[in-house]
Amino acid sequence: MSNHAGGLIAALVVNHLCKRFGANEALNEISFRVADGEFCILLGPSGCGKSTILRLIAGLEPSSGGEIAVDGRRIDSLPPRERDIAFVFQNYALYPHMSVFDNLAFSLRMRGLSKNDIDRKVTEAARLLEIDDLLRRRPLALSGGQRQRVALGRAIVRQPKIFLFDEPLSNLDAALRATMRVELARLHRRLKATIL
Amino acid sequence: MSRSTALKFFSCGIALYCLVPFLWLVLTSLKSSAELTAIPPTLIPSLHWGFYRSALKDYGLLGYITNSVIVAGAATLITITIGSLAAYSVARLRRGWTNVYLMLLLAISMFPQIAIAGPVWSLLDRFNWLNTYQGLAAAYIALSLPLAIWILTTFFREVPSEIEEAALIDGCSRMQALYRVVLPLAAPGILTAALLVFIQAWNEFFFALIIMTDPNVQTLPVGIALFPGEYTMPWGEIAAASTIATVPLILLALIFQRGIVRGLSAGAVKG
Amino acid sequence: MRSSHRLAFLFMLPSFVFVALFSLFPIIDSLRLSFYRLILTLPWLGQKMVGWENYRDIWQDPVAFQSFKTTLVFVAVTITFELLFGLAIALVLNETFRGRGLMRAIVLIPWAIPTVVSAQTWRFLFNDRYGLVNFALFGSDSSHYLAPLADPHFALFAIMVAEIWKTTPFAALILLSGLQTISDDLYEAASIDGASAWQKFRHVTLPLIKPALLLALLFRTIDSLRVFDLVFIMTQGGPADTTNVLQFYGYKKTFAEGMVGYGSAIAVVVFLLCLILSIIYLRILKLDRIEGSAP
Repeated sequence: MSNHAGGLIAALVVNHLCKRFGANEALNEISFRVADGEFCILLGPSGCGKSTILRLIAGLEPSSGGEIAVDGRRIDSLPPRERDIAFVFQNYALYPHMSVFDNLAFSLRMRGLSKNDIDRKVTEAARLLEIDDLLRRRPLALSGGQRQRVALGRAIVRQPKIFLFDEPLSNLDAALRATMRVELARLHRRLKATIL
Repeated sequence: MSRSTALKFFSCGIALYCLVPFLWLVLTSLKSSAELTAIPPTLIPSLHWGFYRSALKDYGLLGYITNSVIVAGAATLITITIGSLAAYSVARLRRGWTNVYLMLLLAISMFPQIAIAGPVWSLLDRFNWLNTYQGLAAAYIALSLPLAIWILTTFFREVPSEIEEAALIDGCSRMQALYRVVLPLAAPGILTAALLVFIQAWNEFFFALIIMTDPNVQTLPVGIALFPGEYTMPWGEIAAASTIATVPLILLALIFQRGIVRGLSAGAVKG
Repeated sequence: MRSSHRLAFLFMLPSFVFVALFSLFPIIDSLRLSFYRLILTLPWLGQKMVGWENYRDIWQDPVAFQSFKTTLVFVAVTITFELLFGLAIALVLNETFRGRGLMRAIVLIPWAIPTVVSAQTWRFLFNDRYGLVNFALFGSDSSHYLAPLADPHFALFAIMVAEIWKTTPFAALILLSGLQTISDDLYEAASIDGASAWQKFRHVTLPLIKPALLLALLFRTIDSLRVFDLVFIMTQGGPADTTNVLQFYGYKKTFAEGMVGYGSAIAVVVFLLCLILSIIYLRILKLDRIEGSAP
């Protein structure tokens, strides 16, 4: 969807990233690159800072040092909404007071798209994730697997440069975990997206 | 005695305990003058509205009600507005000193009224705000803010910060996220806090007594306390005015009891 | 996110301004005034700094001493009964039975009633001619009717009854929320261990509601130290100063007699009393937490 021709400019560059919480140094000079369209996974024991890295990239926390660049542009001083990054939370963080449709449409409404554009993009994403029959429902009325797909849909609909997934498998039972792995792989292929 | 009969017995006892004094007041308000002074006391009054008429016509009850509505209403609106902003900040700031701030507020809410009454009076006097709606409302706002912020913080903390973060990522500024996501989710808590603040302002007596000495602007509690009686107390009118002052509160309490109980004990369980 | 911190401070500013203006500065001002002799009804005396004289006067003032005693008696007695009755009510409401929701609503009613209304109600109930209390005690024989509010021996008692009636529900609610945190499993385990109902109460219920109990104690102590409305309406501090509680005495001195300096000193004394008691309670509450018996 949002590919640039050629992959010479890395989609995401993280350089000497640091994060301190008071006296506690959570991240110490983390550097890595993610190429355009690449599916990258951060592995490590719990509590080592994986979520922190994602949150820093998304802009949910300020960094204590280092730089983050997307498509060659530094973003570490930008607020989350200007970074063109989608974040799928571990607990999905769906808006409980809105319908599934509104959940998906929210970011588009914030951007000021026309009603027709919004309708089009939302139904497209919903069909892709097979949740188009759930559009009128509220998140509380959905099963875990369905909520997961709504969370994915919310991210997809924005066509961002980068997708960030925070522990997408840890909340799920074995069966769902298998389906989720397949879903993510499928998404990656279809959208040719950069996923971390 | 079986468990359920014991429970029924105790519940009846509790119900009587809670209801009888107030019920007596309501019944008294509906009596005729003769029934009021009868011995033995009349238990079932004829539905006589004389005292209500007299209270409204001769004792200026309508004026008191209006004043109370204006002062309590305005104070509640402003308290909830600025209290929500403060509570939102306290709930979202991840610093240790937010607990200190809340403790300080709690301590302030425990000040005995007399300790601040004199200077508050002087302060309002300096701005010529004595005997004005805004003067009393301002005092009420300050008095209610600690309680309001405490309760609102509890409810704001229950809105998961991730949902707010999702809104930030989806394109909201902090203010937009607050308005579109946090406030709708915290709405029941805000309503509860508003209710508790309103009830407190409606019932407040001490500052109303000191600040409003002009009968034209006096609120309902002061009116009821000072109902003039040269040689005999106008018990019928007092009962009528009291009933009118209380029934709305009881209705509100009954309708929103779940929320009220939650709000009142918010401190107790979480501490 | 420097900007979000700035925003947070901005949000907290209006509240801070109100509270500072109407609570923090006034308390400091009261402290300052307590060191002056200022009598509003004698304005030509001006405002003279007299140091600790007001406090010395309080120490030697028999009315002040009696006021102090009266207030402490009031607080001790009302709290004891409020907590006892409140606990009883909470225990009943904690059980599941039909109509529990209705009962909870009914219990809220005394709390919802304005103190002024409650005061007038009880004043009428204690009335020496038409009062229901007299009728309940003596029937139609009005020659024996008492006038509790005019009797130096009974006035305080009458006021305490009114206070206990009104505030027990609040105590009950706090205790109820404490009771509800005790899971049924604990009671079941105790039953299996052979505990009787009383033993379950003593060893499961009581220890686990200690935090709620302390909290109810704290709020009620502070509130009953500040009792004013009841006294103003029912007895005006009399008869013979037997119901002259501290806050009413301070009010009389400051606003009725215009002795602002002396009244401020009384106000400061009441404030310190509240402060010391709340610190003690909070210490006990914190110790309770640390010892681990609290959630």
